[in-house]
Amino acid sequence: MEHYLSLFVASVFVENMALAFFLGMCTFLAVSKKVSSAIGLGIAVIVVLTVTVPVNNLVFTYLLQEGALTWTGISGAENIDLSFLGLLSYIGVIAALVQIMEMFLDKYVPSLYNALGVFLPLITVNCAILGGVLFMVERSYNFGEAVVYGFGAGTGWALAIAALAGIRERLKYSDVPSGLQGLGITFITVGLMSLGFMSFSGIQL
Amino acid sequence: MGIQQTLQNIEPHFHKGGKYEKFYPLFEAVDTIFYSPPSVTKTTAHVRDGIDLKRIMITVWLCTFPAMFFGMWNAGWQANTAIDAGYASMGGWREAIMTTLASGHDASSLWANFVLGATYFLPIYLVTFVVGGFWEVLFAIKRGHEVNEGFFVTSVLFALILPATIPLWQVALGITFGVVIGKEIFGGTGKNFLNPALTGRAFLYFAYPAQISGDAVWVAADGYTGATALSLAFQDGMSALTDTFSWWDAFLGFIPGSVGEVSTLAIFIGAAVLLWTRIASWRIMLGVFLGMVATSTLFNLIGSDSNAMFAMPWYWHLVIGGFAFGMVFMATDPVSASMTNQGRLIFGALIGVMTVLIRVVNPAFPEGIMLAILFANLFAPLIDHFFVQANIKRRVKRTGVPAEETA
Repeated sequence: MEHYLSLFVASVFVENMALAFFLGMCTFLAVSKKVSSAIGLGIAVIVVLTVTVPVNNLVFTYLLQEGALTWTGISGAENIDLSFLGLLSYIGVIAALVQIMEMFLDKYVPSLYNALGVFLPLITVNCAILGGVLFMVERSYNFGEAVVYGFGAGTGWALAIAALAGIRERLKYSDVPSGLQGLGITFITVGLMSLGFMSFSGIQL
Repeated sequence: MGIQQTLQNIEPHFHKGGKYEKFYPLFEAVDTIFYSPPSVTKTTAHVRDGIDLKRIMITVWLCTFPAMFFGMWNAGWQANTAIDAGYASMGGWREAIMTTLASGHDASSLWANFVLGATYFLPIYLVTFVVGGFWEVLFAIKRGHEVNEGFFVTSVLFALILPATIPLWQVALGITFGVVIGKEIFGGTGKNFLNPALTGRAFLYFAYPAQISGDAVWVAADGYTGATALSLAFQDGMSALTDTFSWWDAFLGFIPGSVGEVSTLAIFIGAAVLLWTRIASWRIMLGVFLGMVATSTLFNLIGSDSNAMFAMPWYWHLVIGGFAFGMVFMATDPVSASMTNQGRLIFGALIGVMTVLIRVVNPAFPEGIMLAILFANLFAPLIDHFFVQANIKRRVKRTGVPAEETA
């Protein structure tokens, strides 16, 4: 239990997807103008990560890694190594799940669906999602760890985008030089936020 | 001819169409240092009060003076004690001033300690003021806003949270980052979201850790290494700390550290004035204090065999390191803190919790208050957002009239 807790805290704060690894930047910068839609997207990312990381963990463990196909009982299966298909399969799983979620939101939460617009399908190619999956494979998490890690990584990303949206809503009243308005100042803001998140770097959990 | 006469005579040159039109902000800054601005609210729809941004900022500036003077004395005392014990002094022009004004390193002489401390602190402050002021004025002229007194506060706070031996070029670099990236790029005072002084210090901290952390930087004597109270407790445990310093030493400020942070007592004198004049929010200070007490008590209860910091009680957390200084002067910065009353409590508590958390569980940083405040600054707008939304909802419920969409 303690192990899962520290994994969760580490994935939310210490290894924050957005502010420590700078993953998922395109949506991070584009959908952070309003707190409400930022939180909506944040929740979407939490859901997608919490589902895709464990599912891809199963895919990796039972289909792709060396000797994973032993359970099929086919002779010679223990020598098959399909891990070169990794990227392809992970993206496929992510795309399918995002598609399902899009249909779900369209049907049940149309306001959020409209607010997220093109960025919802773009979660498919959001590097934070694929990054989470690849970290999971690289660090050889088991299934339980993959669930906790996916949820934690998503929560960290959601927290970061919500904070950025809060700051940007406030920066509306700022007097930013014309050359820096829009994305320019947002990049600087994210850099400064990352400075604040450096308080966690070095924590061993 | 008096100052007023001179200023009035040259004023037309600075107005629109005048010779020095571009330098109006500079003129305005000098003018308002000497005289109140003439713009006065006349209609009835405003609260008329003598307190304005200028007076607030000058009060905060004056409130740092007890900590500043004590810090100068302490910096000198620490160095003189080390030099008495046989370490070489740093030499150079400081030594020349020292021998002229105080005739030698005598740790029991109030004057000698004060002079030596001043030869370290005053150059830091001067560089901060000149370099930071340069950027401030440059942006004011270029962007057409006023130079305002917020910079007095930023500069003195920045100078007070540096160790006495820091190289002056780093001071210049740090205040440049703090003022330009931390504040001016967003449009100046009131428009930034991070505390500029802390931004500058954090920048130095990550860019040049050797000159701003560790054991060798706090006491200005050649080759002398003296751990701050915090790193002592972190490395050798609570008993080593209590053997070296008594709690009263730490409270009164006879410990090595950044210039302004050492004396909790001197800081509390400033805090009393800030609270009495209601310039600083008592909610933020209370929040920071409660958050710190709660978290450190929690760590006391959990306990740990390998990490000595778990055992540090809250009254030690309060007096060592930059906690008191951060709580009183940094966390209460009205621009980067939360603005709703309930939000302030939560904002403060977040700082208190994070400070102890970083001090105790993060081996990379012995001190946590600086990063904790920066971290809380990031979430201040979000905290406000939720309280404002809740207020709007409550109002709609009460009046039945939906509020206008403002976001």
